[in-house]
Amino acid sequence: LSQIEVASTPQPASTAPRRGERLRVDERIIEIVSDSGEGAQKAGQAFGALCARMGNGVWTVEIIPAEIKPPARSRAGASGIRVRFASKAVTNMGDEADLVVAFNEQVLYGRLAAGADRPGTVVLLENKWAADPNEDVRAQYAAAVAELDAQGLEVIELPLEAACQEITPDARLGKNMFVLGLLAEVFDRDLDKALAEVRATFRRKGPEVVALNERLLRHGAAFAAAHVPLAWEVPAWQSDGPLVVMNGNEAAGLGILASGVELVSMYPITPATSVSHYLGRVLPRIGGCLHQAEDEIAAVGFAIGASWAGKTACTITSGPGLALKTEFLGFAVMAELPLVVLVVQRGGPATGLPTKVEQGDLLATLFGQPGDSPKVVLAPATLEECYHFMVLARKLAEELRGPVIVLSDANLATGVAPFPRPQPQAAHLAPPVAQSAWPQGIAAYDWDASTGLSARPLPGQKGGEHVVTGLAHTRNAKVAYEPDANQIGCTMRSRKLAALGRTLLPPVVNGDPEGDLLVVGWGSTLGAIEEAVERLRAEGHKVSSTHLRFLSPMEPGLAELFGRFRRVMTVEINYSDEEGDPQVPPAARRRAQLCQLLREHTLVDVGCWSVVPGSPLAPRQVAAVLRGYLPETPSAVAGVPGTHVVPTDTTAVMAGETR
Amino acid sequence: MSESCAMSDNCRDGCWADFAGEEPRTYTLGDYDGGTARWCPGCGDFAVLSAMQRICRDEGIPPERLAVVSGIGCSSRFPHYVHAYGFHGLHGRALPVACGVKSRRPDLDVWVATGDGDCCSIGAGHWLHAARYNMNMVVMLFDNAIYGLTKKQSSPTTPIGFGTNTHPDGSWLPPLDPVRTMLGFANISFVARTVDWHPPHLYETLRAAYRHQGTSFVHILQRCPTYTPDMFEVLRREPERMLFLEHADGISGDGGPRYAFPNREAHDPTDHMAAHTFAARRDAIPIGLFYRDATAPRYDLHTAQGVGQGSAARLAALERELDRFAV
Repeated sequence: LSQIEVASTPQPASTAPRRGERLRVDERIIEIVSDSGEGAQKAGQAFGALCARMGNGVWTVEIIPAEIKPPARSRAGASGIRVRFASKAVTNMGDEADLVVAFNEQVLYGRLAAGADRPGTVVLLENKWAADPNEDVRAQYAAAVAELDAQGLEVIELPLEAACQEITPDARLGKNMFVLGLLAEVFDRDLDKALAEVRATFRRKGPEVVALNERLLRHGAAFAAAHVPLAWEVPAWQSDGPLVVMNGNEAAGLGILASGVELVSMYPITPATSVSHYLGRVLPRIGGCLHQAEDEIAAVGFAIGASWAGKTACTITSGPGLALKTEFLGFAVMAELPLVVLVVQRGGPATGLPTKVEQGDLLATLFGQPGDSPKVVLAPATLEECYHFMVLARKLAEELRGPVIVLSDANLATGVAPFPRPQPQAAHLAPPVAQSAWPQGIAAYDWDASTGLSARPLPGQKGGEHVVTGLAHTRNAKVAYEPDANQIGCTMRSRKLAALGRTLLPPVVNGDPEGDLLVVGWGSTLGAIEEAVERLRAEGHKVSSTHLRFLSPMEPGLAELFGRFRRVMTVEINYSDEEGDPQVPPAARRRAQLCQLLREHTLVDVGCWSVVPGSPLAPRQVAAVLRGYLPETPSAVAGVPGTHVVPTDTTAVMAGETR
Repeated sequence: MSESCAMSDNCRDGCWADFAGEEPRTYTLGDYDGGTARWCPGCGDFAVLSAMQRICRDEGIPPERLAVVSGIGCSSRFPHYVHAYGFHGLHGRALPVACGVKSRRPDLDVWVATGDGDCCSIGAGHWLHAARYNMNMVVMLFDNAIYGLTKKQSSPTTPIGFGTNTHPDGSWLPPLDPVRTMLGFANISFVARTVDWHPPHLYETLRAAYRHQGTSFVHILQRCPTYTPDMFEVLRREPERMLFLEHADGISGDGGPRYAFPNREAHDPTDHMAAHTFAARRDAIPIGLFYRDATAPRYDLHTAQGVGQGSAARLAALERELDRFAV
């Protein structure tokens, strides 16, 4: 895991450099916001890719309204993108923006309310509204500019659309590449590389569209040189090897391809669906198939059918779909059928926050089925892990003969960042087993008493004929009528998790192995938590963090690790009653989901702080919370000799190594 | 099914569709015997099981390439009684599983056992889409007009006024007719009706279904001696109340005595509108082949593309794909 430290000193507007004195900074956060459909996301994606190609660390977060077409100029309808880029690797969206390009003033209210801006944030604001024929619009515009000014933002009003119209009559479609050119000039980006991004973005639309957008880009750069009094430079970060840049859903899609999965079965649901958009195009090229089923239940049933028939299969979904797949997941546990399930979490319950991040599916994933339903649950914390965990999931599903759930989320799904180029292995692409005759006398569930593991006969294997059933069954796959058969079956299925747990290593600790506070996280909050912890450590606090990748089974050594800290708490994006809420007696407090698991698992009094605003955590926000749990003067902690934690290495499982 | 694998040209590693080099085998009924069936004495399911096993023997289906998929219910116990690879799944979900099986294993012979509750109620959403997919498989729809396993609740095919444990004063809702319903499905390619008490016709119908390339739905009027003992007695005793659909390309009714189906009318099974009209007849219950379209597009030919593609080609494609994202 990379240690992240990005200097983040807010730059007051008064010190914003003027032309001719380009200022070097470690990082910048920019936002482009607009009404939906104005191309802000396309401009930001191209700018993020451009920064990555120029060697910066980058993290891109989409700002998505829940409606496809929210009303124009609405406060809640902000659509856009944030790009944080730096001279080092970036793992999260950061705090407030340094620079905002806004196509109207109304969408800025929503961003201000979300804490995305601060005094000193420079706003490049479309000024055509000041001369709008509608008197109300003119008044709204004047009021907003006054409000932004009062809040300390530095507003620079610019005729962005009018400038675009010098190139194309349809400024609404042309603004994105104009803004890319503008930003390229402000940040001294290589114009040739920017033009290459334009060509890549519009290649499919033909040479005329490409040429028009190249002109828009050059015009945006010239416009900035003449009218935008900003000149910043964020030097490159040099990585060791080749990099790729993509979002988490593309990374998961590529991971599915690299895992050897040949059948992906899904039903459209946000925010998981874009994985299928990618796979629908690519999977057939590598000899696989994407099946869009008639519903979520059929999607998982189809995948289970293919898996039972000896093919490697995966289903992809988000919260409401996970709820519908519950019965079949229990079936896959009971019948011991390998299945990879990618769950891209969003806000819940019910339809909840369809486009927004939440980590609320953890307990549903673990305990959603009636009866005992042991299964493997993994949570990638980075975009790179979205790729590798899919490969790991396929391997584990087959080794353990059951479902493996990978819990991603909306933050990882749409976040774009560079990471080391994975090296796919031919061995991962091989189908499950050859089709030789099944050895005589071997049961269909030939459970190893110590691990619960067994080989499975596949249709086509002569002599292995049997019936899989969701009914309790014996090792010979016969419906169980003996009183102890169900006890034995449950024990064998549970032992598989214990067997996997024995191969795992304790999690890495970010910071010292003992101290005042240990923060435990999982999933996409890694970057924000680690950056917050780094800042607090720089202030002298004895705080560390650890991030779990295995939620079922749990990584070992947690109780011992927790014992070395005065306080242990989780930071999560799911609901918990606020600590000390006068309406909730302490004994009745409902805690965050990982917190509940850890308390049960370690018998340590693990605390929690969690929120559900539908947005990723910001480092400053996490640091402020953690400060409240830390003593003003760090306590003298007696070190425990010889208990340094061994790094987690999930690849040990991949290589079949055990300890 | 009996056709050679459409994908066999692509077969490399891991593909099981290549039958070359295999010694021809002959089979006995015992090869498909999965053990003692535990249905009630006199249950119509026994006859269906027997007919299906005879077809497997006669068509020479290797037991290890036979995939029998079911949902939940009395008739869904079917896979347990066939020596084959069986999948006794979830209530209502036999069809999605069967389609998944067929999607990447064109070499497997897929048979589905489902009931009027399993298929027409809890699984109805999958029913019409399975017809759209039209993958090569046989769907045996056992219709006893009652929920038997859970002890006599109304099903979607229970007649109005028939007393059940959930509607002791008589079933209230108009029943649906599975044949009329299926004739309305998009891309439907095979619909037939038979009865469990006429073994020759049951055999002929299931064999025609097996030989059809596509999803073959067979609506089987099936007696339940425990909960609906009199449901089909009138048809059994008065066969003139059935209307035998007769055609050279239809299903032969000559396997038994002519008096089994004395009431006959000609029907061309390629005539979709005529099939609708016959299915709507209430003066007699039509039996036989309503509709067959051998040209309906088959989704399994699409989903199986690339089956068995070698790892080297897949790795090269993957490397190219990663290069597209290179910085």
